Amino acid sequence: MFQRISTYLYLRPKLVLWLLLGPPMLYMFVVYLGSLFNLLIYSFYSLEPFSGTIVREFTLSTFARTLEPANLEIFTRTTLMAAAVTAVDALIAFPLAYYIARFASPRLKTWLIIGVTMPLWSSYLVRVYAWKLILAKEGILSWFINLLGLQGVLDWILSNESIGGSSLALSPLGMFIVFAYIWLPYMIIPIQTALERVPHSLVEASSDLGAKPLQTFGTVILPLAFPGVVAGSIFTFSLTLGDFIIPLSLGNSKLFVGQAVYSYQGTAGDIPLAAAMTMGPVVIMIVYLLIARRLGAFDAL
Amino acid sequence: MTNQSLPAIKFDKVSRHFGEVRAVDEADLEIRDGEFFSMLGPSGSGKTTCLRMIAGFDRPTSGHIFLYGQDVSNLPPYERDVNTVFQDYALFPHMTVAENIAYGLMVKNIAKPERVKRVDEMLELVQLSGFGGRKPSQLSGGQRQRVALARALVNHPKVLLLDEPLGALDLKLRQQMQVELKAIQKRVGITFIFVTHDQEEALTMSDRIALFNKGKIEQIGAPSEIYEHPASIFVANFVGTSNLVSGEVAKRITGADITFSVRPEKIHLGSVAENPPSDSYTTDGIVRDVVYLGLYTRYQVELDGGGDLVVVEQNLKTTSMDVLKIKDQRVRLYWNKEHISKMGA
Repeated sequence: MFQRISTYLYLRPKLVLWLLLGPPMLYMFVVYLGSLFNLLIYSFYSLEPFSGTIVREFTLSTFARTLEPANLEIFTRTTLMAAAVTAVDALIAFPLAYYIARFASPRLKTWLIIGVTMPLWSSYLVRVYAWKLILAKEGILSWFINLLGLQGVLDWILSNESIGGSSLALSPLGMFIVFAYIWLPYMIIPIQTALERVPHSLVEASSDLGAKPLQTFGTVILPLAFPGVVAGSIFTFSLTLGDFIIPLSLGNSKLFVGQAVYSYQGTAGDIPLAAAMTMGPVVIMIVYLLIARRLGAFDAL
Repeated sequence: MTNQSLPAIKFDKVSRHFGEVRAVDEADLEIRDGEFFSMLGPSGSGKTTCLRMIAGFDRPTSGHIFLYGQDVSNLPPYERDVNTVFQDYALFPHMTVAENIAYGLMVKNIAKPERVKRVDEMLELVQLSGFGGRKPSQLSGGQRQRVALARALVNHPKVLLLDEPLGALDLKLRQQMQVELKAIQKRVGITFIFVTHDQEEALTMSDRIALFNKGKIEQIGAPSEIYEHPASIFVANFVGTSNLVSGEVAKRITGADITFSVRPEKIHLGSVAENPPSDSYTTDGIVRDVVYLGLYTRYQVELDGGGDLVVVEQNLKTTSMDVLKIKDQRVRLYWNKEHISKMGA
């Protein structure tokens, strides 16, 4: 019986493909893209300001509202934060990923990868709250900075209006630190994977041909690992763009996109505006990917 | 300028140990200016480690390596006037063929017009003119091999190192590249050091060969020397096939208590009625096995007093029918006394 089924399927590879791909494809298209499409439709509806009911008629007025100065400011702020987090994560991740991929012994490599991914085992919320305590005015970081006698420096940094606040926990700088920490594993792993695929003989060849280590890095290692950096940056950039828990828990009263969407659809009950705001990060990501493609990030895929 | 009187490469008691493993053990070696030198040996014999130490990818545990008199033992690869053709070619996949070849010139800040000129010269040398704009992934194995060669030669190194460069090619292409490599070496006049485990390749191409075994150099010499006068049992067995004779059998044939080797093609196989010349060793036996191989036939002869000898004869006049008739016949074997190589104990 089983043999007959096996033979039947063996002769029809296309059928097997559809049987295997069908359910996930169905999920992908109906549930995931479907709800995204639904969001898109809602963003073309509007809210009746007096009754608070949704007017199900095509209009661009909701989109026009996302372009109001207050909302534009939210987009700019969030994009800048995402870009800063991505840049710093890439800078921190690269040396670590390079060490894991090139120099660590197989045993050490296993432990380092476990170390990098271990934070992901605990709840994201727990980690955010832990950081809130670390960064608090009476927190361990303040204590340590005080111990080093650098309280003045911290106060000076926190007095800067654009990144500071009453304490690290309540400042954009603190938020940035937590973002960078939380998304770091998503940058390390793709870079490490990309570096792992660069044959060591290429590095030797470059050196053999007279390139000093820094030249080899710039002309051989970095270009070949670049797709990994882009893959990692897609994670860090998009995750920062849409996150609402970190801005809610840390930082000051200035809104970020995720947080704005959260409050529009919740307290304000303005689902069309929330939907339109969601389209912001989608558009920003599309632009980001187009730029990455122009830079040749996907050539090696 | 290279100094003619100095050896291109000199090893002075060079050792490389990896923990307990002695990959290279007190190797002494002199490679002459302009010669095609092969390092031959089975895998794990230390030949590649020697090459990597010359290139600078590895450093000796003890001893010194000299490049035209200069001690380079502790110089990084990018400060040595030596270039390598890698076993896997190691072409940069994100660069075109021309960019690959120009790489060594680019990192040394040589002006662009000069670079273009020299790259074109190289493309012509390896018969790849017009391929400069392609990516390595668009080339065949043989073409990649040529690009790797051009990329190394464009820098005019004092010594060119080749790490089993033909290993990945099929037989026909390999034979063609052997001839081409040799021709290119003659043209550019650079010292080539060629690592291979293929004894035939080494015999075909080299001016001299160093035979490696277990981290030590067993013998250094011209191909004919190595083939005809192997210095050890290992050499006799590794290069070509040999009959090794020792103990009672050797004593009976030569009258002395020695171990010697004799090549199968040096032995003449004749009828028992034949009278061998006076300067030969001779012994009788029965042909136990005959393998017809087209160009030649291989006979296994069981000697009267015990022991076996393998004899190879070309099929100049004989056909497969003729040679098979010899099976189980009594034969007389004899060979010139000069054709034996005495082995150390």
